[in-house]
Amino acid sequence: MTTVLGIEGTAWNLSAAIVDEADVIAEVTETYRPKTGGIHPREAAQHHALHASGVIERLLKEYRDKGHSPENIDAIAFSQGPGLGACLRTVATSARALALSLDIPLVGVNHCIGHVEIGRWKTPAFDPVVLYVSGGNSQVLAHRAGKYRIFGETLDIGIGNALDKFARGAGLTHPGGPKVEEYARKATSYVKMPYVVKGMDFSFSGLSTAATDALKDNSLEDVCYSFQENAFAMLVEVTERALGHTGKSEVLLAGGVGANMRLREMLDVMCEDRGATFYVPEKRFMGDNGAMIAYTGLLMFNSGTTLPIENSHVDPSFRPDTVDVTWIADEKEVL
Amino acid sequence: MYLQSGAEAVVSLKDGFIVKDRIPKRYRVAELDERIRKERTRAEARLMSDARRCGVPTPIIHDIYGFTIEMEYIDGKPVKYVIDETMCKLMGKLIGRLHSGGIIHGDLTTSNMLYSGDRIYLIDFGLAYVDGSVESRGVDIHVLFQTLESTHPDHEGLIKAFSRGYRITLDMADEVLDRVKEIEKRGRYA
Repeated sequence: MTTVLGIEGTAWNLSAAIVDEADVIAEVTETYRPKTGGIHPREAAQHHALHASGVIERLLKEYRDKGHSPENIDAIAFSQGPGLGACLRTVATSARALALSLDIPLVGVNHCIGHVEIGRWKTPAFDPVVLYVSGGNSQVLAHRAGKYRIFGETLDIGIGNALDKFARGAGLTHPGGPKVEEYARKATSYVKMPYVVKGMDFSFSGLSTAATDALKDNSLEDVCYSFQENAFAMLVEVTERALGHTGKSEVLLAGGVGANMRLREMLDVMCEDRGATFYVPEKRFMGDNGAMIAYTGLLMFNSGTTLPIENSHVDPSFRPDTVDVTWIADEKEVL
Repeated sequence: MYLQSGAEAVVSLKDGFIVKDRIPKRYRVAELDERIRKERTRAEARLMSDARRCGVPTPIIHDIYGFTIEMEYIDGKPVKYVIDETMCKLMGKLIGRLHSGGIIHGDLTTSNMLYSGDRIYLIDFGLAYVDGSVESRGVDIHVLFQTLESTHPDHEGLIKAFSRGYRITLDMADEVLDRVKEIEKRGRYA
């Protein structure tokens, strides 16, 4: 058995977990909640710096209380990017300190791949097309020839960011996504809005602005509904095309926006019509969490990937398609 | 006669014409679904005509109604079965003309080209759009090169021949071809 401690803190959620091959053994999370507006990068980083040692202490206590010894931990994993630079640096510092004090290797995990791998771990999905949707990221990914390729992605902002931006303009508090979903359920009619799919990529900033403008002549409920319908249809369309392109037959939903029930419903209908299988992990593994970093770190560590401290700088725009997927050994294993 | 079905459309042969029907998607609200299918049907027909005006052979549009395009049936062979360097150079000239005209095909494969009577016809403009950027042109060609690499063992010669043709009809061809190399390095799949 391999045991890895992982720390996530790319944006508003600081979360650390200890996992082995079988399950998540311990997990502790501290969430930064802005008093007004959205995530302030400096405040988020200060939040992480303030809570990092407390989170690790509580995590190790929980681990000991369950009868384990910290000596069993084989490696320290941390999310190396993409994310907010200041947050990433804070988390990386904690990870380096831990690795040095426990004298074990460090593993740098790509945050997007973390979402994919925990989904593959916690659902029966084996070789899926992944729709990863969060505040900052919106991508359609799939494994092909040793890499997680990006088949489509946002040309500007993430879908969660677009929802939050619109929600703030409409006077709703952060995070806006769940509130938009709630209002959308009470809508009575559809309002025409931009639908932007270019090749395999999508764009949300124009939609967000158009939705804000539409509030002048339409009810908040109808605008929320129409915003969701357009944005999610764009995501589902590209996901469907990626299925066709790759010949894969599974779809995995990942990221915080995956909590939206309308998005799930649309993906489910699309998969049903194509004869594909749709997987959604339980909610605690969808948003940013320490377990996904720990588990991906474990896969990387077991396949021989570690990171020397001197090369452990963070990368705020770390692309998942630059990572060698050393833990999926042979293309033939991926049916 | 049923010919082909993609994620978006069903293609059949009726009264000597190719009939391409865009199929509805249940996951979208009906109003949005109809709008998208209508817009794309019109855009596809328009871009096919625009491409021909740029000097790129495409099937002649016979009729457009609702979500359906009726077009000329081209009695040719998919280029993937008959490809050689001469043909690749011609292909390069055609794509150069298309790109000079500001059109991106969006799905350049050797299955979407038909060889008929010494001409290459470009078909399936379902993913085509108007864009003059180096990046879009680069991605367009990257997709084609990937098809050549994965299906033709002598792809190096074919790519060189294509590039020779492309340089003839597009004055910024080298900038685009340099971008293709960069896109390959990125590992970006479009």
